Amino acid sequence: MASLDRVKVLVLGDSGVGKSSLVHLLCQNQVLGNPSWTVGCSVDVRVHDYKEGTPEEKTYYIELWDVGGSVGSASSVKSTRAVFYNSVNGIILVHDLTNKKSSQNLYRWSLEALNRDLVPTGILVTNGDYDREQFADNQIPLLVIGTKLDQIHETKRHEVLTRTAFLAEDFNAEEINLDCTNPRYLAAGSSNAVKLSRFFDKVIEKRYFLREGNQIPGFPDRKRFGGGTLKSLHYD
Amino acid sequence: MSFLIDSSIMITSQILFFGFGWLFFMRQLFKDYEVRQYVVQVIFSVTFAFSCTMFELIIFEILKVLNSSSRYFHWKMNLCVILLILVFMVPFYIGYFIVSNIRLLHKQRLLFSCLLWLTFMYFFWKLGDPFPILSPKHGILSIEQLISRVGVIGVTLMALLSGFGAVNCPYTYMSYFLRNVTDADILALERRLLQTMDMIISKKKRMAMTRRTMFQKGEVHNKPSGFWGMIKSVTTSAPGSENLTLIQQEVDALEELSRQLFLETADLYATKERIEYSKTFKGKYFNFLGYFFSIYCVWKIFMATINIVFDRVGKTDPVTRGIEITVNYLGIQFDVKFWSQHISFILVGIIIVTSIRGLLITLTKFFYAISSSKSSNVIVLLLAQIMGMYFVSSVLLIRMSMPLEYRTIITEVLGELQFNFYHRWFDVIFLVSALSSILFLYLAHKQAPEKHMAP
Repeated sequence: MASLDRVKVLVLGDSGVGKSSLVHLLCQNQVLGNPSWTVGCSVDVRVHDYKEGTPEEKTYYIELWDVGGSVGSASSVKSTRAVFYNSVNGIILVHDLTNKKSSQNLYRWSLEALNRDLVPTGILVTNGDYDREQFADNQIPLLVIGTKLDQIHETKRHEVLTRTAFLAEDFNAEEINLDCTNPRYLAAGSSNAVKLSRFFDKVIEKRYFLREGNQIPGFPDRKRFGGGTLKSLHYD
Repeated sequence: MSFLIDSSIMITSQILFFGFGWLFFMRQLFKDYEVRQYVVQVIFSVTFAFSCTMFELIIFEILKVLNSSSRYFHWKMNLCVILLILVFMVPFYIGYFIVSNIRLLHKQRLLFSCLLWLTFMYFFWKLGDPFPILSPKHGILSIEQLISRVGVIGVTLMALLSGFGAVNCPYTYMSYFLRNVTDADILALERRLLQTMDMIISKKKRMAMTRRTMFQKGEVHNKPSGFWGMIKSVTTSAPGSENLTLIQQEVDALEELSRQLFLETADLYATKERIEYSKTFKGKYFNFLGYFFSIYCVWKIFMATINIVFDRVGKTDPVTRGIEITVNYLGIQFDVKFWSQHISFILVGIIIVTSIRGLLITLTKFFYAISSSKSSNVIVLLLAQIMGMYFVSSVLLIRMSMPLEYRTIITEVLGELQFNFYHRWFDVIFLVSALSSILFLYLAHKQAPEKHMAP
């Protein structure tokens, strides 16, 4: 049982956006009844079938590390949080569709997590400002999830969704918009579930199959992705 | 004519203060949140503007700027507006936003917020009974009634903050109290934290796998919900789900442990940063200041005790007393009237500026610590209420620091309050707050090293 392979995915975002509800929904297929403050980090595990429906199907454990806190925390809290960012295989960035600041803070969150892991390869970061170059070169798969979709009024929906589409493009990532209190957004077969599954497959690919020198088969490449040499990162 | 000029000066300064309050709100308090209800921002800025205007009027009083009758008029008007805001508007909006957060009562928001406001008024009124703050000849709905009660609350707040601040300030500045933290300690704690996380993960893996096999076999695990669910789960339960609840309990305990370890690690990092900071020049300067402040704090506690024990309230203000001492004992002769005006202006100015700055910093820290995206509106309004009451009582107490001729305006405007009572009350609460802060900090300090000594 515990001998299945595992990958580690971080779930980052401002406090109150719904990370704990999202993780609960992903791992236990149930809505979280009483969300409360996350102190430190809470972990949950999802069992995922890699390449479901094909002969190469294999089951993996996906560890979802839900790190609590805000970008403006004291530096002592940031240093403590950094211990969770070791050997990360994927990052899910969560923002609240009703709160623009939480979307803007995602840049700072991703820098905080990526800086930690990219230090061994010596990528220079200039005073923490968002720099597109870093994301073009990034090897860790990202996924952007917007929550509280039900609280956006029909008339404003188009505008909000356009904004989030730009956001996801900046990160070179797919995006999903949902409401964590309603399981039907992630129902099997819906486009959201397909995107989620593709993301987890990509994470597992990067972790286990690139090392053996295999190519990524037939993934829809984005314009800015690819090119450049693939650097190998230390995962242990 | 001069009245118009004076009024326009006052209004310009009020607009300036309003703008400052608006900026402070946007840049400092709400920098991580989105402002959805502009009412909150307006109320906060208005409270701030009118409170600062009161201080401005005191300064004008000392410097004899503007016409005396127009000053008096603006005092009265300002006071009425502030009381209106503090007693009527802010509590009503606090009730309104609290009720808006509760989903059940959403439909009849106005009704319930009115009810909340009436409850608040009842307790607010009852507050005045045990205190001998008024002479009985005042009517029921006069300014003095409201001011006296606002004064009691505000003075209590001021004394609590002063007491805690007086003790906490030397504690944080002086490096004598810093525990010794090495990198090895931090690494050891981090290792323990990661080990705990690994244990949680392995248990969760078992649970996820069990749930998956149960789901594939067709048994669906329902958490016992409601009263009948609990009764049913006592008699019939699938073996898989029993296992799950057991593991879930272990996981809960481990998660609690991981939270503790996380907080301890953050604490160690913070202490390590403070140790490094204390080795810099700024740190050494603050350390030095800390020794001064500890002496000042001990002196203040001593004076408060003497005031209470010997039941005396200072009759003369520090400015006049200082001048008396220099004239009588040191034999230096100078123009008393001229200097007393300037010195009291500087002294009162310093007191006002430091108390405004200190309060805004404390409020900001408090706001960051406890607010979330749901409750931010309510908390900001509470802070506006506290700020208003704090400033009104500062005006009450500042009267003691001014020479007699400047006190008259405050006495005239605020009416015949028993000012002595407020000073006595301030001393009592200050003493209680300072002593309990010392006790609290001592216990916290004692407890911490024992935790890290554990292997």
